[in-house]
Amino acid sequence: MLRDMATPESDPQEHTHSESFLRSLMRRQLKLSITCALSFLIALLGLPLLNYFMPDAMSGRVGGFTLSWLILGILFFPLVWGIAWVFIRRSIALEELEVDEVNARKR
Amino acid sequence: MMLAAFDVWILSFSALTVLITMGMGYWAAQKSRTASDFFVAGRGVSVGWNASAISGEYLSSASFMGVAGMVMSSGYDALWYPVCYACGYLFLLLFIAGPLRRFGAYTIPDFAEGRYDSPLFRKIAVIFVLFIGFFYTMPQMKGAGTTLSYIFKDISWFGEKGLPYPVGVVLVGGVITFNVAVGGMKGITLVQAFQYWLKMFAISVPVFVLMSVYGSYGNQLAVQGAVSPAPAVSAASGASMASANPASDSLRKPLPAKAPPDATWLNPFGPLTSKAAKAAKIEGPATRPYALLYTYSLIIAIVCGTAGLPHILVRFYTNPDGVAAKKTTMWVMILIGVFYVFPPVFGVMGRNLLPALYDGTGVNGTDKIVLELPKVLDAAGGPGGIRWGSILSGITCAGAFAAFMSTFSGLLVSMTGALAHDVYGRMLRPQSTAAERMQMFKWCAALTGGVATLLGCFVEPLEINFMVGQAFAIAAASYFPLLFISVWWRGMTLQGAATGMLLGGVFALMAVALTNVSTLSLDKGPMGRLFAPFAPLNEFWAHHPLLRILCEQPAIWTVPMSITLMILVSKLTHASVPSDVRLKMLVLHAPEKLGLKQDYIREHEGVGH
Repeated sequence: MLRDMATPESDPQEHTHSESFLRSLMRRQLKLSITCALSFLIALLGLPLLNYFMPDAMSGRVGGFTLSWLILGILFFPLVWGIAWVFIRRSIALEELEVDEVNARKR
Repeated sequence: MMLAAFDVWILSFSALTVLITMGMGYWAAQKSRTASDFFVAGRGVSVGWNASAISGEYLSSASFMGVAGMVMSSGYDALWYPVCYACGYLFLLLFIAGPLRRFGAYTIPDFAEGRYDSPLFRKIAVIFVLFIGFFYTMPQMKGAGTTLSYIFKDISWFGEKGLPYPVGVVLVGGVITFNVAVGGMKGITLVQAFQYWLKMFAISVPVFVLMSVYGSYGNQLAVQGAVSPAPAVSAASGASMASANPASDSLRKPLPAKAPPDATWLNPFGPLTSKAAKAAKIEGPATRPYALLYTYSLIIAIVCGTAGLPHILVRFYTNPDGVAAKKTTMWVMILIGVFYVFPPVFGVMGRNLLPALYDGTGVNGTDKIVLELPKVLDAAGGPGGIRWGSILSGITCAGAFAAFMSTFSGLLVSMTGALAHDVYGRMLRPQSTAAERMQMFKWCAALTGGVATLLGCFVEPLEINFMVGQAFAIAAASYFPLLFISVWWRGMTLQGAATGMLLGGVFALMAVALTNVSTLSLDKGPMGRLFAPFAPLNEFWAHHPLLRILCEQPAIWTVPMSITLMILVSKLTHASVPSDVRLKMLVLHAPEKLGLKQDYIREHEGVGH
């Protein structure tokens, strides 16, 4: 590990093994994951709270369903698909960006 | 005549499913020759196949039969199960799927050892594969016993009517164990992909037919609460109620006294989540905080537990690369999400059309609603005198077979893999040849299959879905924190990881086991007598509803406990962070195109990797 600090950052081979590279790699990926997770958790953990504090509104009827049943039994699935789709597109793009950056240093 | 005792349609569809499963397993076995084929299907399974296979393996008896049964018995609160079963995958995708695949190892114990360079940690991880696996096989066995009892309900067995529950368990357990022993992983990938589509067909087609005869999902739900003398209805809704009454009378049969009333069934915080509080004689709005706590604990258990199920995780290694692992997860979420819309429809319709099941227990309770509900069409009569109800019921029985067969064989492969690959191949006889290990795989399959079948015989009085939820709770407190923190935090040490996983998992295991033995002691059958010494626990629960909830759904305290322990112990022992942790982290997170994996392998050549 010591050799990373000994060699200058400009060496492309060593760059991928450097502390700064790993740090930015993990930070970018984790940031994306956490953003997506938060939007999901707000919906998931918010619904019980809505049920708890607004029972009358949530038991209102929509096409036979109660509002709460409609959200949990049906609408939740497309929401999760949406989040997953955004995440996969962004994370693949992020990986390509990282590969490009490393290759650019090599040139 | 013998055959008069069975429903021909149901028997033939079920038999066909078993035969196709075994045939495909056998055919694939001819093609799987190498050890890699046995353990991870040669790592080259395409996204479409792999997504279908993961979905097929994931949709167990709990999803196929248990969710419907639980929605019927408990109403709204049970909906959290299917939703969280599907959404748990999002967590897996966001935090774990990609890195884990890049790291590349056969099993979770491989990951545990590779990340911390510790053979000891491998042993601990193997123990949890077995713990979680056995907990998860029990409900599958209950599904098997229930389905076979239903199919052979008119047969006479040593003077008693109906096939005894344990006979069904032993029969199915034996068939699947044999199948796994000869086919290994490659065999079941193909079979499970097929079984996903069979299950999807079997759950959706009967729902559409039933809806066309008895009214849509929404209409079936609209009946709830429309008939019962609901208090405090305004004049306007009272008028619409009067007009809805005649229609709803034809839509639903009267509920037996045991069934929960409409208002608590339809709305959140009903019988499932407020049971402990009710047992403690807490009434009305005072039960709601308890129910809210239960709901959150349930959500945490299932969402985190999905990301830590050993038999699902092992499948990510069958993806060719990390990008394929992510795409596979996306497809899995779509495939299982679509599936999970349907089982609750069975629960809702069952409440309206077959409320007699509320009075049954064990194999005759609501867990069999998916199998029995289509039969109501027979009474209605169909065109051409064909018994459409029996045909559809045969299809759902075939789906149920696919459900417990696929999940059970998947679990069996991951448990057998842990025993043959980790315990035998790495610990007992590291010098064994590949052929010896494959031989050992077959013996281990027989052993784990036998133990799982035996355990399955004990759990008839417990609800299928409830038991699966508990397996998730154990996974949530052990594997999930291990994977999540190992992947994202460099400071984690072996000691921290092992302490957190072991204590979190063991506490969760003990908590759910306590709940189960006290429930079993209430059973009226032989299990009640066997577990009678635990009956006083129920007295204790009645005085401590909060403790009861925390034991029945332990995730809300075990998951944070496990994570806290991991971080604390790691901080205390930070001197023992693996020296090459940066390289390990690079392998976990750097895009595979950079080829850093090669560096890692080169570096580890000297230490026996």
